[in-house]
Amino acid sequence: MEPLLEVKNITKRFGGLTAVDNLDMQIYPGEVVGILGDNGAGKSTLIKVISGVYQADAGQIFFEGRRIKISNPIEALKIGIETIYQDLALAENMNVYSNIFLGREKLEKFLGFIDVLDHDYMLVESKKVLNRLDINIPSLKNKIRTLSGGERQAVAISRSIYWNAKLLIMDEPTAALGVAEQKKVLNLVRTLSSQGVSVIIISHQMHDVFSVATRLLIMRRGKKVAERITKKTNADEVVGLIVGSLPGDYIEAIEDKNKKSEDLENLSKLNLS
Amino acid sequence: MINYNKTREIGINILRRWILIFLVGEIVFFGIVGTNYLSLKNLQNILVASTTVLLLATGETFVIITGGIDLSIGFMVGFSSVVSAKVMVNLWAAGFSQPLAITIGILTALSLGLIPGFINGFLVAKLRVPPFIATFGMYGIAYGFAEIICNNVPIHKLPTSLGSLGHGYLFYWLPGKLLSFLGKPENLSREELKHLVSIIPNVTVIAFIFIGIFAFILAKTKFGQHTYAIGGNINAAERAGVNVKIHLIKVYMISSFFASLAGVMYVLQFITGRAPAGSARLLDAVVAVVIGGASLSGGKGTIMGTVIGTLIIGVLEIGLVNLSIPTYNLHIAVGCILIFAVLVDQFSPEIIHKEEEIR
Repeated sequence: MEPLLEVKNITKRFGGLTAVDNLDMQIYPGEVVGILGDNGAGKSTLIKVISGVYQADAGQIFFEGRRIKISNPIEALKIGIETIYQDLALAENMNVYSNIFLGREKLEKFLGFIDVLDHDYMLVESKKVLNRLDINIPSLKNKIRTLSGGERQAVAISRSIYWNAKLLIMDEPTAALGVAEQKKVLNLVRTLSSQGVSVIIISHQMHDVFSVATRLLIMRRGKKVAERITKKTNADEVVGLIVGSLPGDYIEAIEDKNKKSEDLENLSKLNLS
Repeated sequence: MINYNKTREIGINILRRWILIFLVGEIVFFGIVGTNYLSLKNLQNILVASTTVLLLATGETFVIITGGIDLSIGFMVGFSSVVSAKVMVNLWAAGFSQPLAITIGILTALSLGLIPGFINGFLVAKLRVPPFIATFGMYGIAYGFAEIICNNVPIHKLPTSLGSLGHGYLFYWLPGKLLSFLGKPENLSREELKHLVSIIPNVTVIAFIFIGIFAFILAKTKFGQHTYAIGGNINAAERAGVNVKIHLIKVYMISSFFASLAGVMYVLQFITGRAPAGSARLLDAVVAVVIGGASLSGGKGTIMGTVIGTLIIGVLEIGLVNLSIPTYNLHIAVGCILIFAVLVDQFSPEIIHKEEEIR
């Protein structure tokens, strides 16, 4: 099967700091991939490159087999890559269906020549997409302000699905949610996956990632250190990979080289002094 | 249990419509204690006296919903009154017919009036100048230009037919005899003139035509929807593909258009153009919008609320005059109502906002 998204040799530098270093990754349709790593490992930078917030300094991105260049988040949206942000990008003063259709309102003719909002259509269509995703919200005429954090998340996700997002990127989706709500969001991720939507999930709650992701990608200091099938690994191994007490699969060689050069440097310093 | 629910529902409905109930209460109160307060003539006077605030507040509602504020409208009224008056006087003196001079004067004022709005919007949206500063600057600029145009003296000697337009009514009715549409019936005896009933002032008709159109735009169209979205979460609107900058420029132009229209109405009503015309009405307009349920932080408000808010001030003003209470007391009363309105909004339970369409 062809990967939905393929990232090859992506590098992103901020001045002297290499936040993402020569990283490869593939995501297949309907797959849920968890990205794990300590603070500063480069997870957020990586997803910001994929969602168009940052431009990579080197490397290529392929989407559905075609090489693409994503120069801003709006372009990413058009391609079908949607990031569910912490602030969720919803207008709190508006109701659920108005948010789902924000910017792409359905209009009807009033008196035959004036374009007005077609509330009924938007309400019915919004209901459909929420039902499809098994999301329960009492009334779609409720304003976002009156909804819980999990419900807001669900609305944001429904919107992207309604507008044909193929890849969802979720950054800490369960942070700031109650336990019951966390479960709902994770269930929603499973539903999305079963309907062929791919999801990249970043979370500090390793339990969450383990419960939904089929594959894990572990980063350390900007590099991919390992990739594991969730079923074939365990928390101990992953923690070891994250903190560096286990060596990982890809970077020993590089690190050995670095080590050698470091040793040489130290040696030369010693000599100088 | 059923009783509790019912009481609760009634309570919610009262909270939702408290400004309307307040307005009706005011009218009933003055109707009882005032003299002839509920006469048709007096009620129409309230509408005429509120024309400037009605127009200013309608435009201001759009700006406040986006989370901004437009202070320039205070002197935009004067600017537009001076421009239209000056054009009318000059054209009439140059031999143009009265209707032509008046029409060109009005159109010039209305189109020139869009420029300050465009500049305000450009400063706010593109150059990120805080709305308070941008429009406060324009407030002074509009006043200065108005004084330059009128040479620091009110403009007089306007076309004489202005009065029949500005002081005219939509219908005239002589009880039991005739009804005429527009224009006063001619050849009436003095006795008949005494009994002639004038119904719906022209200025009110013109004002409400525009208010109605823009109320429709705000409540029913994509443009209105985006106005609310920008006020609610400007980043969300931008991400959803709304062209926020162009939209904000349009909103500030709507506001200055209504201010210019208020200036033109001023000329029709008072047959003169003055630089400070209507400047005292700026605060009333902002207050009316806030009483009407809008929030200065944006995302909320309706034209209906604004109209009711304006009438609350207008009814009070004419009521105080009716009772011969010095009008400076009006400021105390309006100030109290404003603070009360914000408190009601602050402390009313979220439930009253729960199931609403968009606003």
